Amino acid sequence: MTHPFLALTEDDRAEMLRTIGVSSVEELFRDIPADVRLRRELELEPALSEQELSAHLAELAARNVDSTRELSFLGAGIYDHYVPAVVDAVLQRGEFLTAYTPYQPEMSQGVLQAIFEYQTAICELTGMDVSNASGYDGTTVAADACYIAKHATGRTKVVVTEATNPQVRQVVKTYAPGFGLEIVEVPQRGGTTDPDELREAAEGAAAVIFQQPNVFGCLEPAPDLAAAAGDAGALPVAHVDPLSLGVLEAPGRYGCAIALGEGQAAGNFPAFGGPHYGFLAARRDFIRRMPGRIVGETVDAAGERGYVLTLQTREQHIRREKATSNITTNQTLLALGGLVYLAWLGPQGLRELGETCLSLAAYAKQQLRERAGLEPLFPDETTFKEFAVRVGRNARQVVAAARELGVHPGYALGRDYEGMDDVLLVALTEKRTPQEIDRLAEVLAEVTA
Amino acid sequence: MRLIFEKSKAGRRASAIPRHEGLPAPEVPAELRRAEPPRLPEVPEFELIRHFTELSTRNFGIDNGFYPLGSCTMKYNPRVNERLVAMPGFANLHPLQEEQGAQGALELEWRLQQILAEVTGLDAVSLQPAAGSQGELTGLMLVRAYFESRGESAARRKVVIPDTAHGTNPASVTMAGYEMTPVKTDPRGNIDVDDLREKVDGQTAALMLTNPSTLGLFDEKITEISEIFHGAGALMYYDGANLNAVCGVSRPGDMGFDIVHINLHKTFSQPHGGGGPGGGPIAVRDILEPFLPVPVVVENGDGTFAFDFDRPHSIGKVRGYSGPFGVFVRSYAYIRMYGPRLREMSEAAVLNANYILARLKGTYDVPFDRLCMHEFVLSARTLKRDHGATALDVAKRLMDYGFHPPTIYFPLIVPEALMVEPTETETKETLDAFCDAMLAIAREAADDPALLKDAPHSRPVRRLDEVRAAKHPIVKFEFDEHPDVTGERRPVAAEAPKGV
Repeated sequence: MTHPFLALTEDDRAEMLRTIGVSSVEELFRDIPADVRLRRELELEPALSEQELSAHLAELAARNVDSTRELSFLGAGIYDHYVPAVVDAVLQRGEFLTAYTPYQPEMSQGVLQAIFEYQTAICELTGMDVSNASGYDGTTVAADACYIAKHATGRTKVVVTEATNPQVRQVVKTYAPGFGLEIVEVPQRGGTTDPDELREAAEGAAAVIFQQPNVFGCLEPAPDLAAAAGDAGALPVAHVDPLSLGVLEAPGRYGCAIALGEGQAAGNFPAFGGPHYGFLAARRDFIRRMPGRIVGETVDAAGERGYVLTLQTREQHIRREKATSNITTNQTLLALGGLVYLAWLGPQGLRELGETCLSLAAYAKQQLRERAGLEPLFPDETTFKEFAVRVGRNARQVVAAARELGVHPGYALGRDYEGMDDVLLVALTEKRTPQEIDRLAEVLAEVTA
Repeated sequence: MRLIFEKSKAGRRASAIPRHEGLPAPEVPAELRRAEPPRLPEVPEFELIRHFTELSTRNFGIDNGFYPLGSCTMKYNPRVNERLVAMPGFANLHPLQEEQGAQGALELEWRLQQILAEVTGLDAVSLQPAAGSQGELTGLMLVRAYFESRGESAARRKVVIPDTAHGTNPASVTMAGYEMTPVKTDPRGNIDVDDLREKVDGQTAALMLTNPSTLGLFDEKITEISEIFHGAGALMYYDGANLNAVCGVSRPGDMGFDIVHINLHKTFSQPHGGGGPGGGPIAVRDILEPFLPVPVVVENGDGTFAFDFDRPHSIGKVRGYSGPFGVFVRSYAYIRMYGPRLREMSEAAVLNANYILARLKGTYDVPFDRLCMHEFVLSARTLKRDHGATALDVAKRLMDYGFHPPTIYFPLIVPEALMVEPTETETKETLDAFCDAMLAIAREAADDPALLKDAPHSRPVRRLDEVRAAKHPIVKFEFDEHPDVTGERRPVAAEAPKGV
């Protein structure tokens, strides 16, 4: 039986082999030495029909407890924000979904213009001058920033605040030896980073990476941190939540050289960690050090406006070992989802979303204190949509007990931070309601009593 | 066509955000509060849909037609995969969910690890890298960790790369802190083994090789090459960009490779998405397993699955969480629809490529006259010499025939290169139509070269000025300088007569 994804009939094959001048398909492989041939079938389970496959994957999916099946306050970098139907509708257009990198601009004006619009939206959000077409996720763009900073400053140290998401810090540390960089961490003090301590650590550093809001949900004194980095001659790099930027100041407005972050919250489903997009934007000074694709405006032979991949002499297919990065395949489709989402939100929607998150988080803090007697870990700090709370016993056990009652109360920070075994990180999005927060407080009161 | 920002009007919106009465007021300290809102588009929902629908009509994907972009494996992307990946149990699953609440996802990842080990002939797999080039970089990090564990890291600084390699290989070498040693290609299109012997020594850490190569040729001396490297104590890295040629036929592990990356968006049909996402899992020989990124998915021995973070020799993490899970769902689904019949997939890909090559080789130059694997490289050198038509002109003219052009000007060692990869998911009628177009274009080059030079004639834009874009980069919409170009185009007459 011909496989549904194949097309050649016996007659087709015979005619094609005749044209080629060989007698069998086997003969086409004659350049492969006998001793490296596989002399058996691949040991894989037999082929499934689409219907059988669907049943199999539905069974696997059913063994996952997703946010439609339990009330979840999990965040810590990936968030359960609402993804509007317009995003799916656009991403399922086959013209976008099944195209590749727009090397041939006349075939690809759709995606090129969309990336140009994405770059514009990211620059508007972050207050920067230039954005690339996307990085892999919110962790690898931080490594990209280290590479930019190393080459821009010639220095060999990068400072990362301890209050930066541990996934980001781990990835930066994994990349660092190849870049010839040493990574230094600056501890959090009472939930945020001390600018003076940061200034001292930043002496001789290529860059300082901090997160706003930080991993504990607290608002860093970001302008002071950027200034402290600048004082030491290090590039200030802000890792930001795109959905905070309707209410929080843009990093470009307080002196950052580079702004980057995880795009998932803006238009992508959590999807067990990906695929998502990482965004990376910078001041114009760094345009020729940017990694990855950048789309630029130009004109066609008739003088009409059009778009092309530009500044390609930075890239691996031209510059090879001297390229600014090895990235080629990126996350364009997810970034397109981000653009559609941001255009759906608009400036008012973005601000309202931020305000709703702020209010819900403040309400949750209040309810946990009043109904469950749980105090925030950092009571003096302002938070955005997430906050850390002490639960009085091992937080992983609290998570397990609360899940028995249908509520995932948050992330156990002891998995990443010493001395925080009894701390839960609780995330709110606009998808949560006051009633759901009441339920969270009720359940936590029960399981921490 | 206007930008979405040019369609914006203050006060319009597509979103409605839940607001709640009686909650604490949203408070941000004044010094951290946003002073001016970002100028995001203000459009109603229906304008949003029309805008992106119109943009999509100015794009071309596999769903639109033949897309023989060499080295990119532009095969059909089954629609069922999009439905499967959107199931709430996958789409809404948080990556930090407790393992007991993510057993289906963990099992899928574990099964995919097992499958990729079998297909590559290696022992252990990390799914984490986000794309082929990140797989390369991860592989080189493993090389370093391996030699560090043996105390040879300081001595072994060189990575050997053939001159036909993708640009990602040398770029990854630099990012991993290694130095590149280039090696030549011999007259048959294989690695020049004499050149190689001179360059491999105690300072060599690894070879990075694509096999079949970017010329679409299987290296006939692969066993000898493997012996040279392993004899020198170095490792062998396989760039899996061209794995679509050899599934079930020959496995990188059996060829002697120690590390392989697999491009899930090529061989295993993750849609390319206009530039991504991809997936770049790596498979390794057992000696490298201790160094794999964390976490790796393990089976607990009782039918349950877990993330194993307890790997003291691990290089760390190269990406967030366990990797691009949605890509794993699609590729796993794709492989399960083939099973052991993956071999038929590769056979059809190789047959299709050889058929096109056979039909075109009298008309276009063939730099290495051999049977090819899943792709091949032609040269428009003679066409250029005789008629002034370049590979670029041929590519642009192909658009008027309704085809996406092949990869051009790569690999670098072939002048006026046209790199054609048809994949297995095409009918013979499509292959013939493409060949007919290529032959017609060669005739046009002789008879009416302007047809090529001015091509394309049928796309929404004419040929674009890339030099201008790079010289004076405009990389975002400048709100303050309202451009006098509106972007509205007059209709362009196509070359082919319209109507009857």
